Amino acid sequence: MNASILTWLTFLPAAGAVVVLLLPRRGRAPQVFSLLLTLFLFVMALHLPAHFNYQQQQGFQFEMNIPWISNPAIQYHVGVDGLSMWLVVLVSFLAPLGVLISWRVIQDRTCEFYALLLLQQTAMYGVFIALDLILYYAFWELSIVPLALLIGMYGRKNGRGAAIKFFLYAFIPSALLLVGMLWLYGQTGTFDLVQLQQQMFGWNGAHATGLWLTSLAFLLAFAVKVPVFPLHGWLRDGIGEAPTAVAMILAGKLGLYSLLRWHVGLFPTQAAHVAPLMVALGAIGILYGALMALVQTDLKRLAAYATLSAVSFIVLGIYAFTAASMDGAAYQILNESVSASAFFMLLGILYERYGTYDMGRLGGIATKLPGLATLFVITALSLIGLPSLNVFVGEFLILSGSFLAHPRAAAAATLGVILSASYMLWMVQRVFYGKPSTGVAALSPADVNWRERAAVWPTIALMIAMGVASVFWMHAIDLTVPALAPAKIPVAAYATVASPPAAPQAATRGMAQ
Amino acid sequence: MNEPMTPSMIAFSPALRILPEILMTLTGVLVMLVEAVLKPRTSRKPLGIVAILGTLAAIAASVYQLFLPAGTAFFGTVQSDAFSVFFHLVIGCIVLVTLLISLDYFEGHTSFVGEYYALILFGATGMMLMTCSVELLMVFISLEISSISTYILAGYRKRSATSPEASIKYFLLGSFATAFFLYGIALCFGATGSTNLYEIAKGVADGASPLLLTVAFGMMLIGLGFKVSLAPFHVWTPDVYEGAPAPVVGLMSTAPKAAAFAVLLRIAYGAFGTAIHIWMPLVWIMAVLSMTIGNLGALTQRNVKRMLAYSSIAHAGYLLVAFTALAPMGIAAASFYTAAYAAMNVGAFGIISYLSGYNEARTSLSDFAGIARRHPVAAAAFAVFLISLIGIPFTAGFFGKFYVFTAAINSGNAWLAVLGLLNSGVAAFYYLRLLAQMYMVPVEPPREADTAHARPAFILAMAILVLAVFALGIFPGRILDLARAGAATFSGPANAASQTVPVALLRR
Repeated sequence: MNASILTWLTFLPAAGAVVVLLLPRRGRAPQVFSLLLTLFLFVMALHLPAHFNYQQQQGFQFEMNIPWISNPAIQYHVGVDGLSMWLVVLVSFLAPLGVLISWRVIQDRTCEFYALLLLQQTAMYGVFIALDLILYYAFWELSIVPLALLIGMYGRKNGRGAAIKFFLYAFIPSALLLVGMLWLYGQTGTFDLVQLQQQMFGWNGAHATGLWLTSLAFLLAFAVKVPVFPLHGWLRDGIGEAPTAVAMILAGKLGLYSLLRWHVGLFPTQAAHVAPLMVALGAIGILYGALMALVQTDLKRLAAYATLSAVSFIVLGIYAFTAASMDGAAYQILNESVSASAFFMLLGILYERYGTYDMGRLGGIATKLPGLATLFVITALSLIGLPSLNVFVGEFLILSGSFLAHPRAAAAATLGVILSASYMLWMVQRVFYGKPSTGVAALSPADVNWRERAAVWPTIALMIAMGVASVFWMHAIDLTVPALAPAKIPVAAYATVASPPAAPQAATRGMAQ
Repeated sequence: MNEPMTPSMIAFSPALRILPEILMTLTGVLVMLVEAVLKPRTSRKPLGIVAILGTLAAIAASVYQLFLPAGTAFFGTVQSDAFSVFFHLVIGCIVLVTLLISLDYFEGHTSFVGEYYALILFGATGMMLMTCSVELLMVFISLEISSISTYILAGYRKRSATSPEASIKYFLLGSFATAFFLYGIALCFGATGSTNLYEIAKGVADGASPLLLTVAFGMMLIGLGFKVSLAPFHVWTPDVYEGAPAPVVGLMSTAPKAAAFAVLLRIAYGAFGTAIHIWMPLVWIMAVLSMTIGNLGALTQRNVKRMLAYSSIAHAGYLLVAFTALAPMGIAAASFYTAAYAAMNVGAFGIISYLSGYNEARTSLSDFAGIARRHPVAAAAFAVFLISLIGIPFTAGFFGKFYVFTAAINSGNAWLAVLGLLNSGVAAFYYLRLLAQMYMVPVEPPREADTAHARPAFILAMAILVLAVFALGIFPGRILDLARAGAATFSGPANAASQTVPVALLRR
C-alpha cells in the first residue's frame, strides 16, 4: 500500500474522468460521482500524513521507481517528502470543495466539466509526486490542457481569449524547459532528480554556461506559471474568466512547488545568484499586486491581483534563502491555496446570487445575507494576515526570515501587508456594508445553503487550525525545505540562520504557539 | 541465436524480399479486374474489403520479413531489413486506416470507386518499394509509381472544381521535382560510376569529385523535399491539400512522406554518411525554414485543410531536425516521428472527412464552431489528434518531438532544438484556435453534413488511430526499439548480426 498509494491517487481521477464521460447527461450523476470519488481520494490522501515518517531527514517516502522507457532512460519514479506530501493532501482537500461549489453553476456540459476537473487533479498530483524530469514534465504540460479548456468552455464572455492566452503563456516557456531537460540528460545520462543532484553536485563549476541557460529556462517556465511579477499577463484574464472551481487551482502552488523542487533544488548555485533579482521581483509583485487590487472595481480582478500579491510573498520567501523564510514560504503555499480558495468560492456564491462581480452594483449585502457576510469577513481577515489565522503564520515567517537577508525588500513587503488590509477591508465595506444598492435591494436571494456551507466551512476551519496549530504541518515541512537552501551562498550575510536543523524548528514553534 | 547466420546459409526465394509489394500489387490488379466487370450501380464496398484484406496480408508479410536475415535481392536493387520493415509497417497501417475511412466516403457520390482502391494499393506498392530500394534507379521507379497514383487520387472528387485543379498542380510541380531527382541520380552516377547506394557510399568515402556530389545531393534533396513538402519547395501543399478529398489528404500527407523520408535517410546516412559536411548545412537551413514558414503560414489560414497543410510543412521541418543528429539516434528519431505523425494526421483528416462529408460542407474555421455539442465523440477524437499535434505529453506527438530534439541536442544542435520548440509554441496557437472553435463557441444552426452518422468502418479506423496516438505517447518503447533496430542496419551493408535485434524484440 505504501509503495503504490501515490500511483493510485494519481491515476484514479483520470480513470474517474473516463467514467464521468460515460455517465448519463441528465440529472446529477456527474456531480454525485465526482464528489464521491474526490472524497474517497481525500480519505486516501490522509493515509500519507498518517504513515509519514517524521524522523526521516533525507530522501523521499512512499517511493516507487520502475522503468518506464528504457532508452532514453525514463523512470516512473514517484515519491513525496515533507513539502510535497502536504501539497498532495491539499489538492485532495480542495477537489471535493470544487465539485460542491460547481454543483449548480455548471448547468451545461456537466460531464465534460467534471471529467476535465478530474483530469486536472491527476495532472496536479503528478506534478507534485514526480521525481523524474520527464515524468514531471509530462504532468506539467498535461496540467495546461484541462485548465485552458475549462477556462474557455465554462468561462465568462471572454473565456476563449483568456484560455488561449493562458495556454500560450504556459506552453511556450515550457518548450525551453524541455530543451533544458534534454541538455541535462545529454550531460548526465539521467532524468532522475536524486541522481541529477548527485552528479551535478560533483561538477564544481564545469558546464557553467549550459547550466546557467538551463537554470534560466527552468526559472522562466515556473515563474510564468506562478506568476512572478512581469510575467503575470495571463493571470487577470485567466482568473477573471475562469469558473470558481478553476480559479481555485489556477495560480500558485504548481509553479511555486516547481521553483522549490526543480529550480532551487536542482540549481542551488545559480538560484543563489538570481536570488536578489527574484527577491526584488517578489517585492515589486507584492506592491504592484496590492496597488492594482486597490483600484479594481471587478471583484474577480481584485482577487486576481490579490493572488499576484500573495504569491509574490511566497517567491520572496523562497529566494530570501533563510530557513525561516523558506519554511514560511512552503507553509504559505498551503495557506494561500486554502484562503484564496475560500475567497473564490465566496465570490462564486455571491455571483450566483446577484449575477455580477461589479462592486459598483453591489453594496449593503450584509443585511440581506448575514451568513455569507460572516464567511466573507473571516476569509478576508485570513487573507489580510490576522494573527491566529493561517496566512499570518506564513507571512510572519517569510518577513522575519527575509529581514535578515534582504531588509529593504522585506520592508517593502511589509508595506504590502498594510495595503492588502486596505483593499480587502475596503472591498468588504463596499460590498457588504453601507446602504443596499438598487440592484441588491431589488433581489432577495436565499442565504448560503447547506451545500455551500459544506464547501466553505472546511476551509474556514482549516484557516483557524493552520493558524493556531501550525506545528502540525511545519513538522514535515521543516524536515525538507530548509535543506533545499543553497549551501554555497556567502556565509556572512546568512550567518544568523546558517542552519543547524534545530534552530529554525525551535523558532517556528515558538512563533506559532 | 548464438551464431549469427549469414544470408548465404539459408536459401529462399528473392521474391520473399518484396513479398508485401507483391501482395499489394496482386490485390490491386484483382480489384481493378473485378471493378471492370461489376455493374456501375453496384456498391463497391466488397472491393474495399478485398483491398483491406490485401493490405492486412502485406502487413503480415512485412512482419514476416523481420524474421528473414537482412539482405539484398534482385541484383542488389532491393534490401529488406528492419529499417524497410519499419516503414512498410507504417505505410501499411496508414493505407489500412485510409481504406477504412474511405469505405463509406465515396458511397453514393461517385461510381467506379474500385479504381480508387486499386490506385491506393498501387501507390502503396510504390511507397513500400521506395523504402526497401538501395538502388537509385529503383528508387526513382517506385517514386513514380507512388506519385502517379497520388496525382490521380488528388483529383478524385471529379465534379468539384478544386479537386482536379489540385491534381493538375500536384502533377505539374511533382513531375518537375522528380526531374530534379533524376538529374541528381545522373550526377551521382557521374561522380561515382554507380547508382547503387553502397557503391556511392564507397565513392563518397574515397572523396570522388566533391563538387559534383554536392550538386547531386542538392538535386536529390530538392526532388524529395518537394515530395515531403519542405520549405522552400512547399508551395503546392496548401492548394493541393485544400482541393483533394480529405481521406486522400490524410494518406498523401503521411504515407508518401514516410517513404520519401526513408529514401532521404538511406541517401543521407547510407550513401552520403561520410560526407555529412555536404548536407548538414542544407538540412539545417531547410529545417528552420520549414518549421518557421509552416507555422507562420498556418497562423493566417482560415481554411482548416489549408491550415493543416501548413502544419504538415512545419512537421516535415521538425522531422528534418532529426537529420542533423548523429547516425543511429537521428535515424531512429526520424523513423519514430513518421509513425507518430502518421497516426495523428491521418486521424485529423479522417475526422474532417467525416464532419464535412463528400461535399466538403465544412471548410473554414468558423464551420467547426460548436461541433463539440453536436458530435461530441468526433470532436473528442479530433481534440486528441490536435493535442497530439501540439505535442502534449502522453500523446504520440510529444514523444515524436522528444526523440527528435533529444537527438539534436545530444549531437550539439541545442539551438536548433530551441528554435524548433519555440516554433511548436507558435504552432500551439493555431491548433488551439481550432480546438477553441469546436469547444468554446456556441452552436450554430445545423448543417447538411450533420445528418451523417459514423459507420462501423470509420469508427474502427478512428479507434485504431486514437489508440495508436495514446500507445505511442505512453508506451513508445516498443516502436522506438524497432526504429532503433532499423537505424542499426545503417552501420554497414546488410549484415546478419543486425537482424538478431528485432527478432529478440518480438520475442521479448
